[in-house]
Amino acid sequence: MGKSINIIESRAVPLNIENIDTDQIIPARFLKATSREGFGKNLFRDWRYENGDEQKPKPGFPLNNPVYSGKILVAAKNFGCGSSREHAAWAIKDYGFDVVVSSFFADIFKNNALNNFLLPVLVPENFLQQIFDEVHKDPSTILEVNLEDQYIEIASTGAKESFDINSYKKTCLLNGYDDIDYLLNMKPEIDKFEKQYEEHKIYG
Amino acid sequence: MGNTLFDKIWEKHVVKTIAGGPSVLYIDKHFIHEVTSPQAFKGLQQRGLSVSRPRQVVATADHNVPTLNQHLPIKEELSRIQVEQLKKNCADFGIELYGLGHPYQGIVHVIGPELGITLPGMTIVCGDSHTSTHGAFGTIAFGIGTSEVEMVLATQCLMQTRPKLMRINVEGKLNRGVVSKDIILYIIAQISASGATGYAVEYAGSAIRNLSMEARMTICNMSIEMGARCGMIAPDDTTFAYIKGREFAPQGSAWEQTVNNWSTLYSDADAVFDKELHIKAEDIEPMITYGTNPGMGIGITGHVPALGEIDEREKPSFEKSLSYMGLTPGENIKGKKVDYVFIGSCTNSRIEDLRMVASFVKGKKKADNVEVWVVPGSKQVEKQAIEEGINKVFEDAGFVLRQPGCSACLGMNEDKIPAGKYCISTSNRNFEGRQGPGARTLLASPLTAAAAAVTGEIADVRELI
Repeated sequence: MGKSINIIESRAVPLNIENIDTDQIIPARFLKATSREGFGKNLFRDWRYENGDEQKPKPGFPLNNPVYSGKILVAAKNFGCGSSREHAAWAIKDYGFDVVVSSFFADIFKNNALNNFLLPVLVPENFLQQIFDEVHKDPSTILEVNLEDQYIEIASTGAKESFDINSYKKTCLLNGYDDIDYLLNMKPEIDKFEKQYEEHKIYG
Repeated sequence: MGNTLFDKIWEKHVVKTIAGGPSVLYIDKHFIHEVTSPQAFKGLQQRGLSVSRPRQVVATADHNVPTLNQHLPIKEELSRIQVEQLKKNCADFGIELYGLGHPYQGIVHVIGPELGITLPGMTIVCGDSHTSTHGAFGTIAFGIGTSEVEMVLATQCLMQTRPKLMRINVEGKLNRGVVSKDIILYIIAQISASGATGYAVEYAGSAIRNLSMEARMTICNMSIEMGARCGMIAPDDTTFAYIKGREFAPQGSAWEQTVNNWSTLYSDADAVFDKELHIKAEDIEPMITYGTNPGMGIGITGHVPALGEIDEREKPSFEKSLSYMGLTPGENIKGKKVDYVFIGSCTNSRIEDLRMVASFVKGKKKADNVEVWVVPGSKQVEKQAIEEGINKVFEDAGFVLRQPGCSACLGMNEDKIPAGKYCISTSNRNFEGRQGPGARTLLASPLTAAAAAVTGEIADVRELI
């Protein structure tokens, strides 16, 4: 894939809604494509437009508010719950985001995001609230996300928080590696495993 | 310290653990369908790869298929292309496809178990979050994204970090009119839509033991609705009796040896879990959801929470949800009119679900204000329903028995609930727009859905049986 990421300094789009499920991120009726491209235009489709009509953007929705922009999406807890559709990660990335910040991510979404070089940054609830407060107060607030050193900082206040990521995935993201290449290189080990596994498998 | 059911299976499948990273997990069975696989096959083609173990992959078409006139070409062009693409990919890569028209076609999480493909001790994945269903057989089964589908197709392995472990014990006897769907809706209402995120959940206790396999599948199916990586139940005689004789189950002399192996799959008495919950079966009444995530559930005699009962920080999301649903804080749920009844989905479309509805509905008629769709989970379920005369019962009641597919669970095919209409649904998600843009979903058991079908409103099934 070769889309490595490391330092992202950007404004943010705040979406202070809890339990945003992947059906909201990309409704099922837009999952009919057979390629990975072009999902960004339908990101949050039903929250963005009145009756799904592109001519009628809903003014209250942050993505439609011209004061908000940037490569960082900030959302309330349990982001990406529900359906396993990777189209949700594709849509967010295709729209132009490189980072999603939340106080809680759903498991499958998190994996899908990582596999698409979209960095999920998990922060404590009170830090998330600080980000919302700052961005709502001043939409030009810059957030700095540093993957190498694993921190996120609100530039205007200097408030800083570290975030976790496993070292394997971190290396992948920094270098543009993907899991399939890793697994393909393990082929001899997998073949060896299969041989001994055949003799001891549980289900006959 | 004893071993858990989860670890007994997990440890057998770890090819390697990467320092500071995930484990490489070997996958026994990989189910695929038309929506989340095309990009994975495209990826294989771009890399010039073949499918590593085509015999461990099983495909079906379910999400996009129409549920009427399945013998005709699919009208909607994009759906048709996706279903045809699956057919082509399966032919090109040597994968067995139970597509439209095949006697085994159906919802992926219905056909795996009913064909005896899903067996205890397996690791199972599918590009679909409700893969947790298969955990009812004592498997580690979970949903994955399309990049992961590609990984498994290419190598039969997947990168996974070991989740934490939670056990939920449900003890005691269920009240009359309360079924397994009510158990799981109750659990999710207790711990919230994110309450099990990061955990593999084992369901245990006498109330779980007493359930049929179909009922256990309903519970494991909705594990993902509280964020769990997977849900599982230790296999027992009920499990073995269900599997025996099914198409792809071990046969002849292999059967007994295999059952002996399976009999070792349980959490040891001294096994320790990261978290443990205890629930009394008698506390559970028929459940229904009022909001826009599956954690927003209440007992049928309960009321929508009043504003004062909601945490200050959660109020904006709560109010947004109620405004979408057209409900008022504090109001009673019973007696609300409904417009549609949907009985189907990978949660509740098995023969037992249809039998349960038929036995309640027999001799009754649907209310005039509702439209009732019953969508069997598979061609086999449909066939069985017809053989048992269940189709006649539905016809007499004014219900429409459609053909197998995911149908109105996800508003991807032609079966959509119109904007603003209330649908009492046996499916698994009440998200905004899930059943169609603007559709309002109330999740409930097949019995509670059937009670709504005959009364035209949200009713307490206990008053009708």
